[in-house]
Amino acid sequence: MGGVHYLDYAATAPLRPEALAAMQRQWSQVGNPSSLHTAGRAARRVVEESREQIAALIAAKPADIVFTSGGTEADNLGLKGIAMASSKRRLLVGAAEHHAVLDPAAALAGQGFQVDYLPVDALGRIDVDYLADALSDDVALVAVMWANNEVGTIQPIDEVARLCRRHHVPLHSDAVQVLGQLDLDVSGVTSVAISAHKVGGPVGVGALVLDRNQAVSPLLHGGGQERDVRSGTVDAAGIAGFAAALAAPKVDVRPLRDDLIRQVMVTVPDAVLNGDPVERLPNNAHFSFPGCPGDALLMLLDAQGVAVSTGSACTAGIPQPSHVLMAMGADEDLAGSSLRFSLGWASSQSDVDALAAALPQAVERARRAGGRRRS
Amino acid sequence: MRVVAALSGGVDSAVAAARLVAAGHEVTGVHLALAEKRYAGGGRGCCTLEDVHDARRAADVLGIPFYVWDFAAEFQETVLDDFLAEYQAGRTPNPCVSCNQHIKFAAVLDRAQALGFDAVGTGHYARIIDGQLHRGVDPLKDQSYVLGVLDAAQVAASMFPLGDSHKSQVRQEAADRGLLVADKPDSHDICFIPDGDTRGFLRSRLGGQDGPIVDAESGETLGRHPGAVGFTIGQRRGLNLRQPAEDGQPRYIVDVDVPSNTVFVGPPVRLRVTGFDVDRQRWTGQPVVCGDVEVQIRAHGEPVAAHLDGVTVNLPGQLSGVAPGQIAVFYDDTRVLGSGRIVRTV
Repeated sequence: MGGVHYLDYAATAPLRPEALAAMQRQWSQVGNPSSLHTAGRAARRVVEESREQIAALIAAKPADIVFTSGGTEADNLGLKGIAMASSKRRLLVGAAEHHAVLDPAAALAGQGFQVDYLPVDALGRIDVDYLADALSDDVALVAVMWANNEVGTIQPIDEVARLCRRHHVPLHSDAVQVLGQLDLDVSGVTSVAISAHKVGGPVGVGALVLDRNQAVSPLLHGGGQERDVRSGTVDAAGIAGFAAALAAPKVDVRPLRDDLIRQVMVTVPDAVLNGDPVERLPNNAHFSFPGCPGDALLMLLDAQGVAVSTGSACTAGIPQPSHVLMAMGADEDLAGSSLRFSLGWASSQSDVDALAAALPQAVERARRAGGRRRS
Repeated sequence: MRVVAALSGGVDSAVAAARLVAAGHEVTGVHLALAEKRYAGGGRGCCTLEDVHDARRAADVLGIPFYVWDFAAEFQETVLDDFLAEYQAGRTPNPCVSCNQHIKFAAVLDRAQALGFDAVGTGHYARIIDGQLHRGVDPLKDQSYVLGVLDAAQVAASMFPLGDSHKSQVRQEAADRGLLVADKPDSHDICFIPDGDTRGFLRSRLGGQDGPIVDAESGETLGRHPGAVGFTIGQRRGLNLRQPAEDGQPRYIVDVDVPSNTVFVGPPVRLRVTGFDVDRQRWTGQPVVCGDVEVQIRAHGEPVAAHLDGVTVNLPGQLSGVAPGQIAVFYDDTRVLGSGRIVRTV
């Protein structure tokens, strides 16, 4: 990785060579998949084969897959598209969802929808009993992510899906961080958002895996290329890259991740592992370092060539206290002292060792900066 | 040395950072998020994105790391709260001075040092010569006044690479270095009051009821004002007095009494003072207990001769429009000796 120890796969993963090769093949061809001539048919064939390939890898039907410009569009289409097509006006949304879900929900709240937020426990797990009580026939949509993008906690999505089915309420789930990490079986969930670049595919390509029978209002109107639900020229090369990345050989990073957690706990004994210690994404480790501003840690590790994330920052680049940790009941200090480490297909032991080597001094300095105050 | 270069998004700080890089320092660019509402309001909504963007692009061009440091809470607690309290007490504060004292060369410097940096560099037009703080060479841009509150330790950990230059040179250098902010206009307003309407800002924070404008000589009520807070001694505009003075002279604000919500006006002669007392004295080096100095009471005011005796400043000549709350900065020729806050005038 060019001298950089990249521990931020949850932000984006390096492109897999298989994806690059597939895209290069397609980029050298002319053809709009919607065109009726030979060139168009050739592009269409690439798109459909990719669609079938992706569907097979996540237990979906090819017809369920609506390609989008990425995870954010897929979440927006799932939330707004289903809500707008419904005669009901109540939404149940997880409190620790990604902003690509929370913000469309807030936008819907501004258009007359009643949005109720589903609490999570201290490990970030959705309160299923609360959901069971809150569910009723007047609910247009439930949105619960498959696994949390910050702390990595895997949600009891089967239970959630069962409850939703019992009330005939559609369920949308953001599985952007799950794709490629767990064996994803979307068959019980109405609407699932996935994204290519988290698995080593290109940025700007994603999909909503949407039950063919679910009514949905389009967000982008136009040529109706994707099932009349999503308009815009279909990106054959990007989609080919998505399929190639997903089909590339799986890399099991769990042992490496476990070693990362062990080494962090050894080098910084008071570090707190956030999220569910067992039911978590195999590539995710998320810690709070009491007394250490997360942004200071990030900067110090960056200077040592170790790339990590504080979770979320605003557009200006100011780290914000994580709404996920706050929803889990953490105070602002703990929420502001956290770092996410995430691994992927090209991660190596040297990346983890570099982190462990750089961490103690970074923690010590950040702690001094956190305790600063000139009288 | 490992240096934090404060990047505001303007041309001066960008060129200052460039010079630090050129001098061989290990430079990290830092933009300070200070005014909470404008950066972090509404969940993740962010404003003044243009300045952050410009600062980030300058760092890109210089090939240095760039981060945003959030000091909004500290800025609120020290600079903003003090700004409001001073106006409420009828004084005229300088928030830029207070920001330098409490944020840029205190909170930021402390954080930088804790994180392993040696110094903070800014685009202020001032010089450090043999460890002593001096005026910048460009008389139109000299910013030593707003640094008059630094103590010796703060000066020792500061770098001002622009002090030897004129503004026009700095702009030219920015263009030569490919910095896109080369033509960006200078900022003149208080950063947290971008529309320049200080009294409007104060009214929105502190409220305010209308009150009388009283002739300081006759005691006659000449008009009404929308709230005494925010009016400053020496001010002439914004009074809207219909009735002219009998002697035809312009009338200035000569006193502001916030408790009685009264603004007093009078002829210019009443603005003249022969001395004042200060508190909150700060020294860039050895304290001056007694001696002849020069004193400057505004960022771009003229220095005048003064005799300093403890906290008392006597002016052999006279000064006009001296308002309590203003910072008096003491100089020995080009050297900044220290400062104090004006508390009462004579």
